[in-house]
Amino acid sequence: MRVVAAMSGGVDSAVAAARMVDAGHEVVGVHLALSQNAATLRESARGCCTIEDAGDARRVADMIGIPFYVWDMAARFKNDVVDDFVAEYAAGRTPNPCLRCNEKIKFAALLDKALALGFDAVATGHYAQILEGPGGARELHRAVDMAKDQSYVLGVLNADQLARSFFPLGDTAKPQIRQEAAARGFYVAAKPDSHDICFIPDGDTRKWLTDRLGEQPGDIVDADGATVGRHGGAYGFTVGQRRGLRLGQPAAGGEPRYVVEVQPGTNTVVVATGDLLGIDAITGDHSRWCGPPPRGVASVGAQVRAHGEEIPATARADGRQVEVRLQRRIRGVAPGQSVVLYDGTRVVGSATIARATSSRGAASGGAGRNEVTDKAGSSTSPVAG
Amino acid sequence: MLDSFVYLDHGATTPMLPEAIEAMTAQMATVGNASSLHTSGRRGRRVVEESREAIAQAMGARPSEVLFTSGGTESDNLAVKGTFWARRDADPRRVRILASMVEHHAVIDCVEFLQAHEGAKVTWLDVDQLGRVHPETVRAAIETDPDTVALVSVMWANNEVGTIQPIAEIAAVAHEYAIPVHSDAVQAVGQVEVDFAGSGLDLLSVSGHKIGGPQGVGALLARRDATLVPVTHGGGQERQVRSGSLDVPAIRGFAVAMRHAVANRPAGAERLIDLRDKLICGAQDAGFGVQVGGDWEAGDGLRRLPGNAHLLVPGCDGDSLLYLLDAAGVQCSTGSACQAGVPQPSHVLLAMGMSEHKARGALRLTLGHTSTSADVDAFLTALPAAVERAQRAQVATSPKQAIPRKTA
Repeated sequence: MRVVAAMSGGVDSAVAAARMVDAGHEVVGVHLALSQNAATLRESARGCCTIEDAGDARRVADMIGIPFYVWDMAARFKNDVVDDFVAEYAAGRTPNPCLRCNEKIKFAALLDKALALGFDAVATGHYAQILEGPGGARELHRAVDMAKDQSYVLGVLNADQLARSFFPLGDTAKPQIRQEAAARGFYVAAKPDSHDICFIPDGDTRKWLTDRLGEQPGDIVDADGATVGRHGGAYGFTVGQRRGLRLGQPAAGGEPRYVVEVQPGTNTVVVATGDLLGIDAITGDHSRWCGPPPRGVASVGAQVRAHGEEIPATARADGRQVEVRLQRRIRGVAPGQSVVLYDGTRVVGSATIARATSSRGAASGGAGRNEVTDKAGSSTSPVAG
Repeated sequence: MLDSFVYLDHGATTPMLPEAIEAMTAQMATVGNASSLHTSGRRGRRVVEESREAIAQAMGARPSEVLFTSGGTESDNLAVKGTFWARRDADPRRVRILASMVEHHAVIDCVEFLQAHEGAKVTWLDVDQLGRVHPETVRAAIETDPDTVALVSVMWANNEVGTIQPIAEIAAVAHEYAIPVHSDAVQAVGQVEVDFAGSGLDLLSVSGHKIGGPQGVGALLARRDATLVPVTHGGGQERQVRSGSLDVPAIRGFAVAMRHAVANRPAGAERLIDLRDKLICGAQDAGFGVQVGGDWEAGDGLRRLPGNAHLLVPGCDGDSLLYLLDAAGVQCSTGSACQAGVPQPSHVLLAMGMSEHKARGALRLTLGHTSTSADVDAFLTALPAAVERAQRAQVATSPKQAIPRKTA
């Protein structure tokens, strides 16, 4: 097959490209330029798409003897990922830009361009597996290295995209990938893993958002509506967050308090003690299915953040909505995050969390927050019951 | 595959002439710093001075006007910065630089550096739709305040669209006001007649590897009365303005290439014009509405570089075309500067009044001494399939209207 190997300049995509060549495919390396003004040198384990990274990718392509090009997807990335990220935070949600990038850029804009140019598929260095299921369908599964498993951020891929994708690293543990890179002579073998959000190089998301959305001072209130502190912008807070609240007075019982809700309409952050954080019911929208959607009430495992725990649950799909009932309560679930559903190691699909509530009556962040957004700021019930 | 590729990017670099390789490699086997006082040093010095004389003769200059550098970029830096500083030192009012909007980045970025760090004021000289600077534009820019102009810099021929500038006329205008003029002639030498004395220029940049010499060597021609403040300091080589041990083998290879390029230029240019016209006509006849960037008329070699074909292909991204042609064994360029390998919208095409959308479909094909009619045929054979694919790819990847996500 003619395959585009997406090469970030890191060790994983380097080995993935080399493995595609070994497997006999006709491979062309492509580095995506995603930053509109790329820095010259990498500064830390964070960030990506520096000119140095492009150079690292080019060196690996030279070593494995494949052509190499840089494709400019910066405008698409800004439009579909960065602007979406800002808008989601401004609306009081907590987005995962890696899922959005996979959905909109790597397995859409890149894949579409590759197909148009005569390629058959795209290969990346994600830790996930594509295994043949019943009837020969390609199924997305977790990587064998659970510590590195990235199937969560791929849960947005549909069957058509999976049919055109290769993840050559999914059957191998990360330390072996580094060894393999060293054995192949790649000098990126010891390059640090990238972390966090690639377009926020110093990792300070709140400061990055403040630069774009401006200071928006507002109140921090408790579950009874009493003002307990001030903040510089509700968008900088996430459900489950404890740090950075700088509350003047402790809670009555002296327990730590957490953000349980962000209300963008009134620019208010609601805090409560931990027992109000737990939720066991999730309503998701914007569902994406990696194969056939689940029928009826399906037993699944649900994961709400990258490298998070998988919770036994049931899921019922209804159009683009999904209702998920967890078998136990979990904390710190924010609207905007993705819930990815598993059947064993197989990824069933994903949805964006619209509401997260407790079936036992206690409130959580999701409900009020989302209603506020949908009603264009007309704040109603901050606490759902 | 590798030995059958078609190389149509001579504007980036052209294969070394066998004579230059031979002379250079022979020199590499000898020892001698041209500044040393002993026998080996004198031998090296002799090679340098003979090379200087050969280059001077080929370019209508005097040997003392030839300053060896590491290439076109360094020559441009020395000319622009060195002249700016020297002229401002002589009269602090002289802080204005006049440069064309279609200069190579080696000039543009020098000017912007002086603007950012040395208080320079810049007047960018407009070009017409063909990419040409009119002498009257230069005159008008000078006349707003003649006493404040430090220098004028206008390239001899444009590296993207091949437009040749009226350099002698521009120099004459500036000289009415006793303002020195620099020209980056990196693309022109070996393709059109370049006579330093006849041009009236004060400073001229030339590069070795665009004329069949080695990479990493070039020269700045500077009239004896052109004062320059050094950019690199050290041992005081090259009229005290360009310190550093001279690269004797490279200088020898450069000189041999220069002699050949200039001696063979008249016949070579005729041949390139024929190939260029065949390429442009063939591309236009392919039926995709291909347009030509710059000033083109069949048979002409005075208004456009003989070896330059600049095509604008509707509905395509130049980088898709570049990939598809590369995969088909035809190597060319989009013509514009790159950032991490990503072609940026060409400042040259934008200065010519072209839309960013149209400029995206630019493809620069540059012919040189090894180019053949078969190369042009190979390109014209590969072009239709590449255009069809690239047009599909642009449709597939053009940003779609963002659809707001429904939430619950």
